[in-house]
Amino acid sequence: MGKKLFGRRDLILLAVFLLIGGAALLFQLARPAAAGGVAEVSVDGELVAALPLSEDGEMVIEGYGGGENTLVIRDGEADIVAATCPDGVCVRHRPVSREGESIICLPNRVVVTIRGGKEAAVDGVA
Amino acid sequence: MASRKPARKAALYGLLTALAFIFAYVESLIPLNLGVPGVKLGLANLVVLAALYLLDLKGAFTVAVVRIVLTGLTFGGLFSMLYSLAGGLLSFAVMALLSRKSRLGTVGVSLCGGVAHNAGQLLVAMAVLETGTVWYYLPVLILSGTAAGVAVGLLGGIAVERLRRAFAHFSG
Repeated sequence: MGKKLFGRRDLILLAVFLLIGGAALLFQLARPAAAGGVAEVSVDGELVAALPLSEDGEMVIEGYGGGENTLVIRDGEADIVAATCPDGVCVRHRPVSREGESIICLPNRVVVTIRGGKEAAVDGVA
Repeated sequence: MASRKPARKAALYGLLTALAFIFAYVESLIPLNLGVPGVKLGLANLVVLAALYLLDLKGAFTVAVVRIVLTGLTFGGLFSMLYSLAGGLLSFAVMALLSRKSRLGTVGVSLCGGVAHNAGQLLVAMAVLETGTVWYYLPVLILSGTAAGVAVGLLGGIAVERLRRAFAHFSG
């Protein structure tokens, strides 16, 4: 039974995970910002708003259970700048602009997702 | 090993749980912000890893669950505890299997545990938020889980060796 710290198998495993993770990350980052995209705002699984990234603006999202998140669209990026949730993970999250990227506030059940345009309007909302 | 005397067993369980508690506290002091939620060092996982090698399966499971409940109530909340439980249980299952059935060292076992932990949390996030978009975080969480897993595996492996020697020494 494994007393050793690591061996050849462990190194192979490490390389495989780094490769998979790194490749997936590169793939994500290589994609350009979603031109003509929208920031879809959903609360508790329900789509409540879709803001075009091309227009600067601000919106206060009323989250699940009375919490609030302030979403700002600026320079084609969506960012949550203020929130009433205790952890503030969404506020510290970097701004998003690429298709599929999202900012999530778990306590308020708020999800802001970037969609690449009109073709991907409403999916996943049964 | 380490299950012949009930008192010794209780002491070892207590020691490991206390250690996990301290690790969780230390980690709550280190702000680690990479712009993506869920990226953590997972120092407390070190204890679970050690428990898997030092205790029987039941004992290790007890330590793993007790640690999550205790640290969840102290440093997080019921909500974050749900996430920790999902990640912790999946991670435990993977590490328990690999530590006993594979020929991987502690680094490999811990690495898989770290990635499994993050995957478990993503699954809960997916269920709670009713959305698939959280999968966007997967690449970053694979990489961070791998890195954290390696660190924990190295430290944990060394800790296991020392603890084992210490306990052999005490029991004579």
